[in-house]
Amino acid sequence: MTTQTTPSVRQARPQPPNVIRVGLSRGALELRQFFRERDAVVFTFSLPVVMLVLLAGIFNDTIPDTGVKASQVFAASMIAAGIMSTTFVSLGTGIAQDREDGTLKRLRGTPTPMTSYFIGKVLMVLVVSFAEVIVLLALGKVMFDLQMPSDAGKWLTFGWVFLLGVIGCALLGIAISSVPRSAKSASAVIMLPFIGLQFVSGVLFNPIKELPSPMVEIGSFFPLKWMAQGFRSVFLPDSMTFQEVAGSWEPGRTALVLVAWCVGGLVLCLLTFRWKNSRQG
Amino acid sequence: MTETAVHVRGLSKRYGGTPVVDGLDLDIAHGEVFALLGPNGAGKTTTVEILEGYRDRDAGTVAVLGEDPGKAGRDWRSRIGIVSQTATDASELTVREVVTHFAANYPRHRDPETVIEQVGLGEHAKKRVGRLSGGQRRRVDVALGIIGDPELLFLDEPTTGFDPEARVKFWQLIRQLSAEGTTILLTTHYLDEVEALANRVAVIARGRLKTIGEPETLGGRATAGAVVSWREDGRLMERETTNPDQFVAELVGKSGGHVPGLSVQRPSLEDVYLQLIGTSEDLDTTPELRKETA
Repeated sequence: MTTQTTPSVRQARPQPPNVIRVGLSRGALELRQFFRERDAVVFTFSLPVVMLVLLAGIFNDTIPDTGVKASQVFAASMIAAGIMSTTFVSLGTGIAQDREDGTLKRLRGTPTPMTSYFIGKVLMVLVVSFAEVIVLLALGKVMFDLQMPSDAGKWLTFGWVFLLGVIGCALLGIAISSVPRSAKSASAVIMLPFIGLQFVSGVLFNPIKELPSPMVEIGSFFPLKWMAQGFRSVFLPDSMTFQEVAGSWEPGRTALVLVAWCVGGLVLCLLTFRWKNSRQG
Repeated sequence: MTETAVHVRGLSKRYGGTPVVDGLDLDIAHGEVFALLGPNGAGKTTTVEILEGYRDRDAGTVAVLGEDPGKAGRDWRSRIGIVSQTATDASELTVREVVTHFAANYPRHRDPETVIEQVGLGEHAKKRVGRLSGGQRRRVDVALGIIGDPELLFLDEPTTGFDPEARVKFWQLIRQLSAEGTTILLTTHYLDEVEALANRVAVIARGRLKTIGEPETLGGRATAGAVVSWREDGRLMERETTNPDQFVAELVGKSGGHVPGLSVQRPSLEDVYLQLIGTSEDLDTTPELRKETA
């Protein structure tokens, strides 16, 4: 269509730029915006850090017969909440905001492919989550004696729990961004499941096996419980498995649930994603 | 170029049973500056958003640059530019960052620095968009609308919130774009903007086309009756006539050369416009318009 012989085209236009390239430049832009927006940095980046400092500061007794301190359990589990914050919370509120302030509308009026928009979001979330985990690990090590494993296998576990957790929670975040009616209500709508899940997933309350079983069942349905369990398996000695519901680290089931959330989350996003908010008609 | 830039036949759109656009026909030629004029709620923005590909239509045929906007893809979107109402995005980015970023999304684009200068934001290039005034914010929208070197530019009430100086500068920019061959579809409820910019104007009310033509001759303006007024024996005299030239010549002849206080008034665009939309009983729903044209 874009040859010089087509009468409606003023002159031949070259091909639009590559989807990946536009996605990369959107990723850079998203990151810049994230770290410049003080609310976002405080709300999604610093909150897990503050909670870790408070909780691990309060509960630092040694768990009998293990030599492990409660603060170490918090430090390992809080990594999962940190990732959920920089993925689920950050995308849930961020996309609701993009829908309301005209970001998505503007993109739809330009040759920017929507795939590039999502590539940009994923890149932003990966970098921010990585930074969040580094901060939490450093804090855990310096303040709460979190032991860095020397075993390569444990770091491999760390890698796949991180990656599957980021993808699964990011997709859930994209899906929940369609729930709030406006950007104003988004943070309330999104904080509720975030805080609630932390109580029933072995983040704010440990050991998880001491929770009433309906709560454990609810927590076990969502990815946060499995991420927290996965990170505990990396940073705590195997003698701590007695505090888990199953009495073991369950790496196979963890991988299965997280992969299921990645697939299910994608389907959920495809079914529910809206370009406009409910008041834009 | 044989085909028109915008071709619309029988366009209709309803919201909850109420027709917002009701059987609209439009043709906009390549290179034209075309204004869509009408009170709030007349269906201007809905019409424009259908042409931009943002909204579905219920009935009618639409071709924008030869394609159906409801089905058109990236290539088509590379050829249009959109300045919508009420965007508040990108507030954490600087003017230069956001303009440069969007430039790279187009297969062919204008130079970002030149565009920033053209919209009068040269000295604010390093400022964050969120810290600009309302009128400056709007000029960022205009910069992003023209950065991809569009063949067709949509401007939805572009000068709302501009001070008079900024408006005149904006008009110059539009004239320049038009001189370079850009087709422009403008919605506005400022009548002076229509007179300053538009080659042709369509007045719509309640989703229907009231009239279409050049601003100078709209609604029979050029040939409508004129009011001749003058002073005679210290009193103000008025006469309506369809042939003011002849009447003035007679007056001059009678008075022997000088007619005190002589003036000839044709209906203004505002008079014609108010008469046109008044017939649709839309005036009572448009307080804003009355305020602005008062």
